[in-house]
Amino acid sequence: MKQEKMEKFQTITSTYVPLPIENVDTDQIIPARFLKATTRDGFGDNLFADWRYDKEGNPKPDFVLNDPTYSGEVLVAGKNFGSGSSREHAAWAIGSYGFRVVVSSFFADIFQNNALNNGILPVVVSDQFLGELFASSGANPQATVTVNLEEQTITNNETGKSESFGINSYKKGCLLNGLDDIDFLLSNKDKIEAFEQNRAYSY
Amino acid sequence: MKTLFDKIWDAHVVTTVADGPTQLYIDRHLCHEVTSPQAFAGLRARGLEVYRPGRTTLTADHNIPTIGQDQPIRDKVSRFQVDTLAKNARDFRLTYYGLNNPMNGIVHVIGPENGYTQPGMTIVCGDSHTSTHGAFGAIAFGIGTSEVEMVLASQCILQTRPKTMRINFEGKLKEHVGAKDMALYMIAQLTTGGATGYFVEYAGEAVRNLTMEERMTLCNLSIEMGARGGLIAPDETTFSYIKGREFAPKGERWEQAMAYWQTLHSDEGAQFDKEVTFDVSQIGAMITYGTNPGMGMPIDGTIPRLDEIDEAGKISFEKSLKYMGFAPGEKLEGKQIDYVFLGSCTNGRIEDFRLFTSYVKGKKKADNVTAWLVPGSWKVRKQIEEEGLDKILEEAGFALRQPGCSACLAMNDDKIPAGKYAVSTSNRNFEGRQGPGARTILAGPLVAAAAAVSGKITQP
Repeated sequence: MKQEKMEKFQTITSTYVPLPIENVDTDQIIPARFLKATTRDGFGDNLFADWRYDKEGNPKPDFVLNDPTYSGEVLVAGKNFGSGSSREHAAWAIGSYGFRVVVSSFFADIFQNNALNNGILPVVVSDQFLGELFASSGANPQATVTVNLEEQTITNNETGKSESFGINSYKKGCLLNGLDDIDFLLSNKDKIEAFEQNRAYSY
Repeated sequence: MKTLFDKIWDAHVVTTVADGPTQLYIDRHLCHEVTSPQAFAGLRARGLEVYRPGRTTLTADHNIPTIGQDQPIRDKVSRFQVDTLAKNARDFRLTYYGLNNPMNGIVHVIGPENGYTQPGMTIVCGDSHTSTHGAFGAIAFGIGTSEVEMVLASQCILQTRPKTMRINFEGKLKEHVGAKDMALYMIAQLTTGGATGYFVEYAGEAVRNLTMEERMTLCNLSIEMGARGGLIAPDETTFSYIKGREFAPKGERWEQAMAYWQTLHSDEGAQFDKEVTFDVSQIGAMITYGTNPGMGMPIDGTIPRLDEIDEAGKISFEKSLKYMGFAPGEKLEGKQIDYVFLGSCTNGRIEDFRLFTSYVKGKKKADNVTAWLVPGSWKVRKQIEEEGLDKILEEAGFALRQPGCSACLAMNDDKIPAGKYAVSTSNRNFEGRQGPGARTILAGPLVAAAAAVSGKITQP
């Protein structure tokens, strides 16, 4: 019934990119002037555009994505990541840049949904765990994390400490199997029609 | 005993996934040009039709110029995006209010003003300020493009049930203090993530005393403290606003609607997961000093000192003030500004123009200020003209533009230049929001008017 729409999510061990800024809003992740596209492709080049490039479009050496010391499939960011606009382009930009996981101590709701709908896993950790991740990569840019979705654990391989993270089992299944929501909804057409016919007050 | 939110949510549950989200039925779906093209492309790729075309309405607002709308859009990429919306409307047989259509305007302005937004509904749009429609006692929230595709395909969405919060505004507002000030005060108190995971109900004497336009301003800004939405129980103010509007129920349908709508309130003793109360007599006219809407203070206030900021937040705080060109501990009253923007889904309605005009009447715009006055819709602009406000504005040195989102997110040419200060009635003061390097000071329409006349941050 369901088709595979997204890459299946497997356990990841990777170096990570630290971004210890709080309240990173989706206007920073992808500024509005890049939202004129009509496809989902190519947003990665403009991920964090105004922090990443100067007015002439040259990379700013002090921004972490321009620092070759840091790389990886995991972005680690300060609390309240993804606040503001509902633009899914933010998740597309993060995904097409090459991140599969974003770690923070707190995510904005809409961003979290958008990420999950694009096969990107938002991992919520404690403030302390987050602080230790920043400290580990500060001391050793080759520090790695391991994210195991099946077990719902994240491990800081520098300190050896692990934390478990939450995700509802439906979404977990979608990520592990590379499925999206639309086929599920379409398989419920009879229930939708029954709802329409039986509601107490209809608009 | 149920909360208002519970009543509406429960009336829209199609089914619930075990240890997963709820499949929620959507009554009204609004689309604009920026967050919908990939959703329509997804439908085509799957060979699907729009499941309930009568429940989706399209408008162009985010990416359009606010002068010369009778001409083709000059920016080719923007034009293609708007043309794509028109094509999607044709291909999928959806109602579309394009440029120059008298029904065109900002998506969250045209829904309410046409009676399309009604109590008890579920309303979604690929836009976080969909929370605006909650002012009518609806569950209204912003969604991503994948979710837009879900709604087009099935008229449903999968959502985790949020927690509930009630925010009570008690007491009476001071003169020259309004809904925008209440909202900026609330966000400063609760922070930009303070309501994440919650759906908020606004209640209390001060909320009951707000007009529908003011209620929309308050609900609009719910997302700026992280809440998916905010709603207000419908009352006589709501019903008399809706009655007679284009898509409002008529005749017998109106009686049926009223019978139902009058049940839409939180029952006495209903439990909220969190409850907060503010005394509005403590609220002054507000401005923001930083780069998120939680960084607000009264006009005569002082930016926090560095030692008042917690350790983890210091990097962000200093980055923010550096961007704004402000110093910790600085006062902003009397500071010179460069631009004033009146408009957006937050403050682009007729009442906002009435307030602004009431202040500038008989005065003159300061020479150092460029002012952009952008009505939220053609209907708002028409009403401005019918009430003669345009003449008063003109005498004071102001000109009206054509409707659109404009400088709120600066996707079109309405960009605040780098380094310039804009007192803006919009909703976000994020870095670069109003143009690369632009410095935004959020405020209500009266504070914007006072700034436009004095050229400085001034008490209205």
